[in-house]
Amino acid sequence: MSRPADYYMRNRAIHPPAFTPDYKTSVARSPRYALISLENTVSEITGPRFGHNDIDPGDNDLLTNYVQAGESPIGERIILHGRVLDENARPVPETLVEIWQANAGGRYRHKKDTYLAPIDPNFGGCGRTLTDENGYYCFRTVKPGAYPWRNMVNNWRPAHIHLSVFGSGFVQRLITQCYFEGDPLIPICPIVQTIPDPDAIEQLTATLDLNATIPLDSIAYKFDIVLRGRRSTLFENRPEGN
Amino acid sequence: MAQKLAYLKETASQTAGPYVHIGLAPGAAGFDIYEQELGHDIAGPNAKGERIRIAGRVIDGMGAPIKDVLIEVWQANTDGHYAHPEGGGPVEDAFRGWGRVISDFETGEWSFETVKPGKTQGRNTAMQAPHLNLWIVARGINVGLNTRLYFSDEPEANAADPVLNLIEWEHRRATLIATRSEEGGAPLYRFDIRLQGEDETVFFDV
Ligand SMILES: [Fe+3]
Repeated sequence: MSRPADYYMRNRAIHPPAFTPDYKTSVARSPRYALISLENTVSEITGPRFGHNDIDPGDNDLLTNYVQAGESPIGERIILHGRVLDENARPVPETLVEIWQANAGGRYRHKKDTYLAPIDPNFGGCGRTLTDENGYYCFRTVKPGAYPWRNMVNNWRPAHIHLSVFGSGFVQRLITQCYFEGDPLIPICPIVQTIPDPDAIEQLTATLDLNATIPLDSIAYKFDIVLRGRRSTLFENRPEGN
Repeated sequence: MAQKLAYLKETASQTAGPYVHIGLAPGAAGFDIYEQELGHDIAGPNAKGERIRIAGRVIDGMGAPIKDVLIEVWQANTDGHYAHPEGGGPVEDAFRGWGRVISDFETGEWSFETVKPGKTQGRNTAMQAPHLNLWIVARGINVGLNTRLYFSDEPEANAADPVLNLIEWEHRRATLIATRSEEGGAPLYRFDIRLQGEDETVFFDV
């Protein structure tokens, strides 16, 4: 039996460390011992797969997936689109992308969110889709509003959309957040600033994509997601068989 | 200057935040949107093997249970095969091997039902003891935490497990062993995950 090809080691320098005291909640929720480094086994290189029977085609349209008949959500209509790639710049096809976000006023449809901005009766705030064979995904939604949060007394989250992505091995599992180009709250957000590498923050910032807008309808932002890549098996030692 | 490598860099992780349920478990957030939520069918009724329940809490550095945590589970079937083309062998239709569970907003307690997995192929010749792969996200967790759950009624397999044996501090291996008991005649494993402190659970950089 030949050993399966490993995923590239995660580059921890671009990820936030666990303990980031300016983001206060991390203080009691961060492991203090070093992570134990584990070489890939079958448990790591495999992962769940999803198909078109898991989701509905309309699940990626937040402008319509929670509306009352004849109505639509309040806010700036946007398209959020891009590709899921790996570190080898190869597309990741047929993978599940899930998003969630606040409404245009910065309020989440969640029983624990008590911010005074109103709930939008026509906006749920979640969507999901599978990438196509080229790794492409697309959502329609409204641009979320900034909102205040309890960290220091006057912290505001920049407008953001939360994203969850799978890939094909469980080691590629990723949850992140997408910000919007030009938002002055990005450089002063304690959660954004948990990331030590400025280029990595740039990579979390969606770009205005005028070519993908629908004229007189929706403005577009481009957001590519990069998952961990995998070693090629070309020159690997194969003690048994091929 | 030398040539540039054409690799891309992985997208940085950000916390799942307090409202992760909206995206990944909207029913728990308090609304009904999808025809089917994902992650409830880790091992369907026709999956082979011993049916078990696993319950626990995720505990923070103050000793308090975390009430907004989400855990994903990835496991092999009773034959030790994952539902994946490179999973080691075929799996039955009813077996998915992936699930999602959230903690109770009041108590922090979570639980799910599945089947006990079999031994899986290790990286080299040694077999891995039956285990579940867990991925933990929550507000305050900047990068999802990977750990493994092993079973207390597998002492021999655990003693030979190449991953448990990689943990230099032998007493820390115990943090990955779920304790078996009975509940109404059915097997229940208890597994508390400690993010910090003296008995901090072993987390892996996978
Ligand atoms: Fe948020």
